[in-house]
Amino acid sequence: MKFRSVFDIIGPVMVGPSSSHTAGAARIGRVARTLFGRRPDWAEIHLYGSFAETYKGHGTDVAIIGGLLDYDTDDDRIRTAFEEAERVGMKFEFIPEEEEPEHPNTAMLRIGDKDGEMELTGISIGGGKMEVTELNGFPLRLTGHYPALLIVHHDRPGVIAAVSNSLAREGINIAHMECGRKEKGEMALMVIEVDQIIDDGMIGLISGLDNVTQVSILAD
Amino acid sequence: MDILFSSVKELVALAEETGKPISEIMIEQEMQITRRTREQVVAQMERNLEVMEEAVEKGLQGVHSTSGLTGGDAVLIQNYIKSGKSLSGDLLLDAVSKAVATNEVNAAMGMICATPTAGAAGIVPGTLFAVKDKLNPTREQMINFLFTSGAFGFVVANNASISGAAGGCQAETGSAASMAAAAIVEMAGGTPQQSAEAFSIVMKNMLGLVCDPVAGLVEVPCVKRNAMGAAKALVGADMALAGVVSVIPTDEVIEAMHRIGRAMPSALRETAKGGLAATPTGKRLEAEIFGKKAAESGVE
Repeated sequence: MKFRSVFDIIGPVMVGPSSSHTAGAARIGRVARTLFGRRPDWAEIHLYGSFAETYKGHGTDVAIIGGLLDYDTDDDRIRTAFEEAERVGMKFEFIPEEEEPEHPNTAMLRIGDKDGEMELTGISIGGGKMEVTELNGFPLRLTGHYPALLIVHHDRPGVIAAVSNSLAREGINIAHMECGRKEKGEMALMVIEVDQIIDDGMIGLISGLDNVTQVSILAD
Repeated sequence: MDILFSSVKELVALAEETGKPISEIMIEQEMQITRRTREQVVAQMERNLEVMEEAVEKGLQGVHSTSGLTGGDAVLIQNYIKSGKSLSGDLLLDAVSKAVATNEVNAAMGMICATPTAGAAGIVPGTLFAVKDKLNPTREQMINFLFTSGAFGFVVANNASISGAAGGCQAETGSAASMAAAAIVEMAGGTPQQSAEAFSIVMKNMLGLVCDPVAGLVEVPCVKRNAMGAAKALVGADMALAGVVSVIPTDEVIEAMHRIGRAMPSALRETAKGGLAATPTGKRLEAEIFGKKAAESGVE
């Protein structure tokens, strides 16, 4: 079941004009912001396929910046996101790419500040739903059918066990799981799709585990 | 996860066995899947209803998109209704004007509720707020209208598609009009099976509709396709309530829509490369809009 909730059909509440090019784009920006953990000082946004062709007419650009400012799809401020970005000093640049992407609505965001950088590729799959396909060079194969936990952690023994133990104790079943790292002992990423809805308490619990640096949730 | 239904046949059978309306079955499934209370689920839908109501009101005051392609038609239609000269009937035209109002607000980057997408967002609220004046529903019944629409949309989204890029406009306004027809039937006191018949009658008349937006914008012909979608939804609902049935069962109609969508060339699936987008006027408008916009952003 690709669509699980009635609110995938009647919803989202959003600023127009396009669920895929505006709402989905805003969600890609907001997920990047959430995973980065703070407002970036700069953003370099590469657009592919239909995003590159029609982004101005659909407000895809203001929607992504709105997402980076932590606006939801139904936040009126999306329309004036450029002005707000300028006010808070967030620099940004849009680069439409010629390259043919795998999915017609693809955006690659490089964002950062003096403390760090992050790179995220997202696709907008229709009706306002989006998927993350790559994070900091890690390819993600999220089906988007289940809520997913994204956990950034130090590459140390026992972290994966501690996380899965916490989930098991709360009766949360793992549907699919991927682990990866860039270099031995460096930053690693765990992606866990689960059958149940994850609440804030659960996120807090995992965030408190040793060597876990960041926890985010991607619901549909 | 506990899915109660994955086809219209299952949905109608469940409604008939339990004696519950389709909207109620949708609410129960949503509670099970998201593990939320009835109050939470209903409150979220009420918020959607409020957004729809505000969009209709705003559109009826007259809005225009930044491209200049759409806007103001909802007002024209309302004024025409008031003139007393309408041939197709006031309720039908009221639905049309309210569908147009919603999509004009959407094109102007206003706030809407996607049903099932932003491009098709006018049909469900347009028909709802038009039949409201005749049927005098309670607030709860209006919320249920959206759950019934959602139940049918849920089946379409999972068994076919609700995306213009995947299945053409039949998947967007086609789905929306069919969903609305089914919900109108329930609100008017029809049976679950009659809702399914209304859905089928309307969907059969949306089959093959391509997605060919001028300049790739959700404006031309999207706004007018919402207008006609609302009209078809009302007529289809009336036919089903009159006792007309669809020879082809609903799930097979949905499957046909899916197959037709897959057979559509990509030029006719939201790429702005075929159909109306590829007409001389369509291409001229595209050059004017993006030529102008490109020049503006170059100054920034």
